[in-house]
Parts: sequence; structure tokens; C-alpha cells
Amino acid sequence: MSEANAAHAATTDAGPDLYGLVAEFEEVEALEAAADRAREAGYRTMDAYTPYPVEGLDDRLGFAPTRLGWIVLAAGIVGALGGFFLQYYANVIFYPLNIGGKPLNSWPNFIVITFEVTVLLSAFTAGLFMLGRNGLPRPYHPIFNTPNFVAATRDRFFLCIEARDERFDPDETRSFLEDLGPVRVSEVER
Amino acid sequence: MAVRTGGPGTVETNRVIGPGQTSSGIDDTVNAPVLVGLGRTPLWWWIGLGISLGLLALYLVSIVVLITTGTGVWGNNVPVAWGMPIINFVWWIGIGHAGTLISAALLLFRQPWRTSINRFAEAMTIFAVVNAGLYPILHLGRPWVFYWLLPYPNTYGLFPQFRSPLDWDLFAIGTYASVSVLFWFIGLIPDLATLRDQSKNRFQRLLYATLALGWNGSAKAWQRYQRAYLLLAALSFPLVLSVHSTIAMDFAVSQVPGWNNTIMPPYFVAGAVFAGFAMVLLLAIPLRKAFGLENLITMRHLDNSAKLMLATGMIVVYGYGVELFDAWYSGVEFERFMAYNRVFGADHWWAFWLLIAANGVAIQPLWFRSVRQSPLALFLISVIVSIGMWLERFVIVAITLTKDFLPSSWGDYVTTFWDWSLYIGTFGLFGTLFLLFIRLLPSIATAEMKELAHHDAHHDLDPYEEIRARQLEQEARS
Repeated sequence: MSEANAAHAATTDAGPDLYGLVAEFEEVEALEAAADRAREAGYRTMDAYTPYPVEGLDDRLGFAPTRLGWIVLAAGIVGALGGFFLQYYANVIFYPLNIGGKPLNSWPNFIVITFEVTVLLSAFTAGLFMLGRNGLPRPYHPIFNTPNFVAATRDRFFLCIEARDERFDPDETRSFLEDLGPVRVSEVER
Repeated sequence: MAVRTGGPGTVETNRVIGPGQTSSGIDDTVNAPVLVGLGRTPLWWWIGLGISLGLLALYLVSIVVLITTGTGVWGNNVPVAWGMPIINFVWWIGIGHAGTLISAALLLFRQPWRTSINRFAEAMTIFAVVNAGLYPILHLGRPWVFYWLLPYPNTYGLFPQFRSPLDWDLFAIGTYASVSVLFWFIGLIPDLATLRDQSKNRFQRLLYATLALGWNGSAKAWQRYQRAYLLLAALSFPLVLSVHSTIAMDFAVSQVPGWNNTIMPPYFVAGAVFAGFAMVLLLAIPLRKAFGLENLITMRHLDNSAKLMLATGMIVVYGYGVELFDAWYSGVEFERFMAYNRVFGADHWWAFWLLIAANGVAIQPLWFRSVRQSPLALFLISVIVSIGMWLERFVIVAITLTKDFLPSSWGDYVTTFWDWSLYIGTFGLFGTLFLLFIRLLPSIATAEMKELAHHDAHHDLDPYEEIRARQLEQEARS
């Protein structure tokens, strides 16, 4: 993302090193319109980069809904069963001990810890799976070679059509993106 | 940067955010005090850090004295085995609850005003939980073997006693602390990426680039991020209710009169939120002035926090009433004596009446809009509420224990210097962590604020404003 990189990216011809073509927009509405147009034009392997979550942008870009909720549900069930049977095992099987005449499996006493383990496991699954599926931590990503990409976390909106898209053609795609009224279109190296 | 007391264009407003906020404007306002060079850190910050570090030293000295001498340095005795350590533990953890409630419950209820205050309220939660969590550990007597509470394979072939509230506390507070940190960090990632991209020197770039984990704001990443954030909120909301309920059950599983009331869990949770909103106001009122954030943390936030404080305060007062009624209605001699001793007992009657004055009477002015619109009045009421909530735990923990069943076993509770030095020291730890937080991290969630500002500018979605406009219109017509 330094100036040297940016200049390099701008002068390189399309080749195997090309990651994609990136259009930069000032307004989120322009990006939304561009995403719709790109879908209509048949582009599929693309992504947008925005400073804040834009509602419905995943639908416009044709992303499948995330399945994170199901993974977290599974983790929650494992946590609940694991939390309860940890206590059941300790008190009933491993070391049965009469405490105040309570039954060995005095399950009301086990509810608090069962609940806490359920929440602990599902919360960390939600957080860590989200990071993992997003490929984080990842110090390098080709998109960071885009000129002015520092504005992507501030107030600019970027649409990247990746070179591995079936319909990608360096010249055609560039003129398509330029028609969308961006601030600039840049070739970005891998 | 000098202290900015409302620069030009800062007009007090009751909107969720000041009018005309832009993405870059939000970044500049919130991140300026973070990105400014070390030499231009405002003087009040250094003074605050100096005081906090002094108190932190007192805290560390108190812990060293406690560990080298033993819990005898405190006023804890028989029958009052739970003195200041448990009072202060419950007080601190209660303060933390408002932060989670703001970040989780208000997100699920789609309250747009949460966005301005959730970041620093979550930080408040974490630092309060750090203070709270250390108290039971220090109270163990041999804090260095606290890990015996964890179920881990050991040479004794033993498990911890899972039926014990002490172990419930470990799981409840351990989960609460770690999930709060996770929720806070996940919320911070996009803002850390913003700081990375706007960093002004090598130290900042290295720090924020490392912490941002390579976030690039892609639409696919945002999709998963938002789902994860929503799930974390949905998990944190019942978690926060469970934590203070567990603490109430620490009391309720005992046989002490006055401790095993079924209203304890909800009444403890309400008390926690009540104390927590008082602390939110105590932090928000100076913070918005010091960093010139009046356009982002508006009068609306103070007003709404005050309303929640009033509502939870009234629930707490209802809880006091039910406690006394139940004591009478139970017909149990010891329960009735407990209530009488709290209210009219010769030694500590003043604590009960001070607590009623602080938590019941002092919040009543909050019914009036003019009081809720006055930061000074809110600040003073919040101080009173914080003291009142401490007194509540003092009454429940210490006074109840002084006179339980047999008069031959009654005793008194007198605090010592080390009780107080440890408690005052916790403010040093809290203050140090909070000052470092506001210096190194953005105290407002900028990515979320940008989304809110966009909605505000393009869709005019402030139902409160619409309702007020309609009201004014109707008034004008009639």
C-alpha cells in the first residue's frame, strides 16, 4: 500500500500475478449499484471492502448465508452435555461422597456450572470460528496493494473483481468498472 | 492535545448523534486522542494516571501484607466471616453488569443509542470484573492454590466440590470475564484496523496492525463478523443475568436468615444494573467533555442511562420491601429478628436508613427531565447511588451475620485499615486500566458509529425525534 507499490501495480500488465481489478467509490450507494451491475454482468468471484457493515451487500454480491449459527449451536450442545457429565462423573462415578444427605446425582446443584460451560464453549466457538473462517490473523492480503486502500477502513468503498473469475478479462472488466463511475480503477497484484 | 471543552459546532443535542456526522469526521473525533504523540498527551491524563498508580501501589502493598500475614489483617471474624472482601466483590461485579447489558441487551433490542457508549462501558465491565474476581481469590486465605477450584487431573485424584457456590463463582466469573474480553476484542477489530491505517508512527502501526489481525473489511468478512457479534450478544445477555443470580445463590444456599429469599437473584441483578449505570454516568460525563465527544455521546445517552437507573433503582427498592415483608410473613422468629435488627438494631440502623436515602430517595429527582438533562446533577446522583449500593451489600453481608441464631454466638464487625486500603487500592487498578484504555484504544466504536451516521443522514431513522416532532406538531395545533 506504499506509493512505490501503488505505482508498480498501476504499470503492471495483466498476468498471472494479477489479483484483480479494484474500483474505488466515494458513496456506499455507488458501491451497491456497482455490485448489482457486476452481478448482472455475470461476475461471481468478487468482494467489496467497506469501513462499516453494509446491510444486504452480501446478497447483492451473491454470497451464501453464513453457517456460523449451526456450528455455535453444536458447540453449545457439546458444552451443555460436557459441563453436566463432568460433574456427574466426578460425583457419581469417580468419587461418590455423601454431602448433606443429597443424592449423588444432585442435578440442581450442577445447573450453574452446566450453563456457564455451555456459554463459554459456544461464545468462544462463535468468536474463534469467525476469525478462522475469515482467515485471520493474516498479516498479508493482496487487496492491501490497492492504491488508497487505507481509506477502506475510513470512508471509501471498494469493489474487487478477482482475476480468477471466469468472465474476467483485463480490458473488458476494466472498462466495465470505469463505466460505474468510480474514483479510480486499479490493477492489484497478488 | 489540550482538553477540548466543546469546540465550535458542538451543540448539546438530544439526538442519538449530533447532526451532520460523517465517517471521516467520526474517525477524527474519536481517534485524535489515541493517535496523538506521547508528548501531547493532555495533562489531566498524566495527573489521573499518577493518582491511579499511587492507589495501585497501595493495592499491591495491601495484597503483600495480606499474603505474608494472613486474613487476620482484615476485620473478618466469627460470626462475620464474609466482611469487606465479599461486600466489595459483589459491589465491583455489579458495576460490571451495566456494560454487558448495554453491549448485549441493547443490541438485541435494536437500540441505536447503545453504539456511542458500548465500547467504554464494556471496558468498564472488564476492569470491574478484574477487581471483583481478585477478591474471592484473596479471600481464600491461600490464594496461591486457587487453581484447586478447577477440575484438572491432579495427583490427589480429587475433583473440586461442584455443589459448592465457591466453585459456581469460579465458573460464572471465569466465563463472564473471558466472554466479556472476547466480545470486547471482536468489537474492537475493525476499529483497530482503522487505527492501523491512520497510524502516525512506527510504534502505533506495529501495535494496531498486530491487534487488528489483518482485518480488511471485506463484505464476506463483515457477514460472518456480524453473525458472530450477534451470537455473542445473544450469549452474553443470559450470561450476565446468570452471573449475579449465581452470586445471589451464593447467599441463598446458606441457612442464614435473610439470605435465602427467592427474590434474591432478580433483585441482585437489578441492583447490579442500577450500580452499573451509575458508574457508566460517572465515566461518560467527564469522558465526553475531556475528549470533545458531545456530538457522539449526547444528552440522549445521559437521559436514557438516567431512566434505566431510575427503573432499576425502583426494582431494588421494591426488593427491600419484599425482603422485609417476607421476613414478617414467614413467621420465622429468626427472619423477623433479622429484619428488625437491620432497620432498628442499635449498632447499625444508620446503614439501613442511609441506604434507603441513597437508593430510594436520592433517585427520585430523575423523574424530572430537567434533572436528567443536567450532567452535574446526574454525576452527583450517581456518586450517591454508588455509595448506596455499597451500603446495601454491607447491610446484607455484614449486619445480617452479626446476629444470626443463638445470642451467645452473636458478634460485631469492625473493619481494619487493610480492609479499606485494599478497597481504595482497587480504584487504582480500575483507574490505571481505564486511563490506559482511553489513551490507547478508541473509546467509541467507530465502525458502528459510521453505520449509524449513514442511517441517520440518509434514512432519518430516529424514532425518538419523529415522536417528539409529532408531539410538538399536535401541541401547536391544539
